[in-house]
Amino acid sequence: MTRKRRRLLLVLACGAGVATATGLGLSAFSDSVAFFVSPTEIAAKAPAPGRMLRLGGLVAAGSVHKTLIDGRPAATFSVTDGKTAVTVRYVGILPDLFREGQGVVAMGTLAADGSFRAQEVLAKHDETYMPKDVADALKKSGHWNPAEGPPPPAATWDTMAVKQAGG
Amino acid sequence: MDTSTALAQPARPPAGGGRNLHRFANPGQFLRIATRVLPWLAVPGLVLTLAGLTWGLFFAPADWQQGDAVRIMYVHVPAAWLASAGYAALAACSLASLVWRHPLADLAAFEIGPVGAGATALCLATGSLWGKPMWGAWWVWDARLTSVLVLFFLYLGHIALVRAFDDPTRGARAGAILALVGAVDLPIIKFSVAWWNTLHQPDSITLTGAPTMYIGMLWPLFVSALGMTLGFVAIVLARTCAAVMERRIRALLTARARQEADAA
Repeated sequence: MTRKRRRLLLVLACGAGVATATGLGLSAFSDSVAFFVSPTEIAAKAPAPGRMLRLGGLVAAGSVHKTLIDGRPAATFSVTDGKTAVTVRYVGILPDLFREGQGVVAMGTLAADGSFRAQEVLAKHDETYMPKDVADALKKSGHWNPAEGPPPPAATWDTMAVKQAGG
Repeated sequence: MDTSTALAQPARPPAGGGRNLHRFANPGQFLRIATRVLPWLAVPGLVLTLAGLTWGLFFAPADWQQGDAVRIMYVHVPAAWLASAGYAALAACSLASLVWRHPLADLAAFEIGPVGAGATALCLATGSLWGKPMWGAWWVWDARLTSVLVLFFLYLGHIALVRAFDDPTRGARAGAILALVGAVDLPIIKFSVAWWNTLHQPDSITLTGAPTMYIGMLWPLFVSALGMTLGFVAIVLARTCAAVMERRIRALLTARARQEADAA
């Protein structure tokens, strides 16, 4: 065995060790690595009351009610993952991207009545990048209602012709 | 003159003669090839970057939801790709340095560091500028953002470590070990959005499915990514050439100082 070969094997063995250690570490801590929990996960294993957590999911269609509390904007809406929904109450300014059907992540605590008191609401953008013309065409043809969730399969629209608006 | 040319060669002679990678281990050979290739990388790199960015920033359609903020993507995504690709190159150089003692690999690793750190900083800064108007936060500690921040610190650590020793060979050895251990971060960055819930969106461009990005946005992105990649390679190559020449000058000056000391 040449010295080069021995060094190569040594580096590969160390690499395998580091990769295994990292993999085991990350899988052990995968609960804390996750940025948010889904409504179904909350329903399956209710967190301790008063504990801060992040709830993520889509804003359910027709669930948004906006009001004013002491002159501050407030909103009640439900966050769903398609199976379970949790009602979220929030006082404050919602992000620009907030709408029905949009992914959101709310940080706050679970109240005794099962609703979620959010202190911060972030909008989650999905992996779809679509010009306005394409979105309008899909909405008009009835292929997609943005309030109900993610757009149809990308292959059906990503090469659609649009009017070039010139920027 | 003969003695100084001989002294300007690296301390460690390339082993293995003309076989495989060691053909390029001769710094003279490297300089000849690199100076010939450099304009063919730098000029198309600059032209394609400018073309891709002009196309993306002024002519590509705005997103139906993000509006004009989507244009940050034409800088952010190529910078993110280059941050990871640059680190993969750094790890490959480190492997070549540790295992085969390739003399140019140390120099290349030394020069990739700052360029890769620049790409990572650009990726983090543009991501933050996009995050505030879209998500509502400059920064969140989700798996994708955190793993890219770790990559930035790995670059900074490597930059500092390889320059921290009086003996450059020892610095290169320590830096190579750091770079190889840090390479474990690359799959974490790539798959973070698939393995865990993150605020960062998953990949739009995958090997298996249709891209979830409109074709009129995809083309300027590819042009700008290709241009920035060529530019990245050109900068690293130019810096490595400069490092080879710097090494030669140092060897010449050392030789002259020694001669003068002997004569005195």
